[in-house]
Formats: sequence, C-alpha cells, structure tokens
Amino acid sequence: MGKKESSFVNMVITLFVITLTASIALGFVYEFTKVPIAVAKQAAKMKAINEVLPEFNNLPNEEIYKIVIDNDTLYFYPAREDNKLVGTAIETYTNKGFSGKIKLMVGILPDGSINNIVVLEHKETPGLGDKMSKSKSDFSLQFHKKNPENFNLSVKKDGGDVDAITASTISSRAYCDAVKRAYNAYIKGGKK
Amino acid sequence: MNQWKNFSKGLFRENAVFVLFLGLCPTLGVTTSVINGVGMGLATTFVLLMSNIVVTLIKNFIPDKVRIPSFIVIIASFVTIVELLMQVYLPSLFDELGLFIPLIVVNCLVLGRAEAFASKNTFTSSVVDGLGMGLGFTMALFFLGGVREILGNGSFLGFKFIHGDGILLFILAPGAFIALGYLIMIMNKINKKTA
Repeated sequence: MGKKESSFVNMVITLFVITLTASIALGFVYEFTKVPIAVAKQAAKMKAINEVLPEFNNLPNEEIYKIVIDNDTLYFYPAREDNKLVGTAIETYTNKGFSGKIKLMVGILPDGSINNIVVLEHKETPGLGDKMSKSKSDFSLQFHKKNPENFNLSVKKDGGDVDAITASTISSRAYCDAVKRAYNAYIKGGKK
Repeated sequence: MNQWKNFSKGLFRENAVFVLFLGLCPTLGVTTSVINGVGMGLATTFVLLMSNIVVTLIKNFIPDKVRIPSFIVIIASFVTIVELLMQVYLPSLFDELGLFIPLIVVNCLVLGRAEAFASKNTFTSSVVDGLGMGLGFTMALFFLGGVREILGNGSFLGFKFIHGDGILLFILAPGAFIALGYLIMIMNKINKKTA
C-alpha cells in the first residue's frame, strides 16, 4: 500500500483521528492515576507531619485549621497526646527560592522552639540548593530545638545565626524565610 | 538488515549524545547524579520505543504534509503518560526529574528517530532501533552522571565515599560541558578502533 495523498480531506481526517485517539488514551491514563497521585501526595504530607512532631495520639489531619496573616494562608496541624498539645506542624512556603516555590513542614513545640523541619516540595538546583533536604546534608539539623526568640533566622551573611549551604546562599535564605513565616504565624495567633 | 548492527549503532556508531549530539538539553540538565541520568534515560527509552512502534504501524496512513504534527502529538501523549505513571510508581524520582520529563517532547532524538527511521522502516527494525537508540542514550547519561557525581559530590549512586564537598564545578553547568567533552573524546577513540 502506498502513502496516502496529502489532500485537504485526508490531512484533516488523519489529524482528527490521531488527536482524538491521543486524547482518549490520555484521559484514560489520567483517570487511572488521579487517585493514586492524590493518595501519594497526602501520604507524603502525613509522613512529614509525623517526622516533625514529637509523639502524639490524635489525628492532626482532622483538626487542621488555617491562619491568614498578611495575605498568607498557612495550614496548621495540631498534635495532641491525651488532649494536651505537644506540638504543631505548619505547612509553610516561600517564593524566594532560587527556582521558585519551596514548601516546608515545620514542627513547633508549645514553647515556640522548632522541633524539626521537612522539605515537602522544591525545585532548587540538584547538587547545590537541594542540600536543604535532610537526606542530602546536615543543613536542616541546625534548626533543631532552637527557639527563634534567641536564634536569628537569617543566614550569617545577613547577620543571622544560620550557617548557609555552601554556594547556595539564595536557597538558604529562602529556607529561613519559609521557617520565619511559619514561626511568625504561630506567634501571631496560630497557637491553639 | 542485520538487527544486531541496527541495535548496536545506537550504542556506538550513532550514539545520540556522543556522536549525533541530539537531546543535549536534558543530557546536560539532569546528569548531576547517576540515578537522575539513568531515570531520564529510561523514561526517554520508553517514549522512543513506543513512538517508534506507533509511527511505524501507522506510517502509511499519514499524509506527508501532516506527518510532523502527527508525530509530535503521538510523542507528547506518551511523554504525558510517562509523567503520570512516574508520579504514581516512582514519586521520589519524579521529585528530582519532574521538571525535565515534559522536555522529552522536544528532545530531537525522539522526533528524529520517528522521522528518519520509523516512518521508513519495518516494524522489527523500528523496535530494535528504538531500543538501541534509547539504551545508547541511557548509557551516555549514566557515564556523564557517574563522572559528575563522583567528581562533584564525591559519591556514587548516592553512596558517599569522601567527606564534605567534591569539586562543585562538576555539579554546575560548566562541569557538564567539560565532562561531556572528555567523554566524546573517549567515544571517538573507541569508534575509530572498531571502524
């Protein structure tokens, strides 16, 4: 069989059939993966909450509340052990990253000190800015058990107390910015 | 056509990265570590194989004047499928590669094989060509990622063997070009010997 002639009708029909088939196939895969993707994202969030908080026995996800400060909306996940508040996980973000938005989960203890921090999402340079993730370097460990009241959440270059990641001052600054945002929201009425 | 020759040309004589210089954007972008390089290579191999198969099957139904848009739609569909499936089954790899996956659509390698090979050859040849080219691409990314991860981060497959940082330059963009240059030199040497 030879090639089909490039007549107007042939071209229109061919493109129509191809795009239609492609859309059906994509729609099918999308439907198939929609639920698992949402579940995986939710599971990652739950894992982060467990990591940043001390032990608790309630379901922080069901007591979620949001705080709006200066047009920022932050989500709070309170953790309780036998109805006593043991810490709050705060989903915070910054737009100052080297390549866009960074999302963190910050765990704050009732006395205002930082318990632990986990990176939820980032697009920083692999090998440099991505060292903010705990699996890649010890950068995030320096925040542990520090109270921002007497621990200036800025990199040392800016007069703060944070050791920036080598060659990633911008990412480090952004990280501090996100933590600061969570802390400020917590102090200004986020504590429940 | 000798199928082994057809397969091995993708690995050596016509290696996409080292000889044809196709698809250099993802090559230089993702190869900061071995895992990233291999992940990207395998994702591209899948897209290449599937698009080669579909293109060779429907090559006689596509009028010449609309063949490029048709190929692009086919390739883009497979890339989106890979992206969705990766989010479900390999979420950690997707976190690293997510940005680069949609770029497979514009990887000249995939369109190049559809246009130059699959639309002119038989089904078997196209499957073998897609596999060979894809694995050649994966191999190139593996070596480039390996060199950069060892020199730049002092680790291999995430396993650290020196304390502290490596030569940062190799993680950054210039290091990609330097490493690629030396790897091309070695590849030329090998190809000269076997030719």
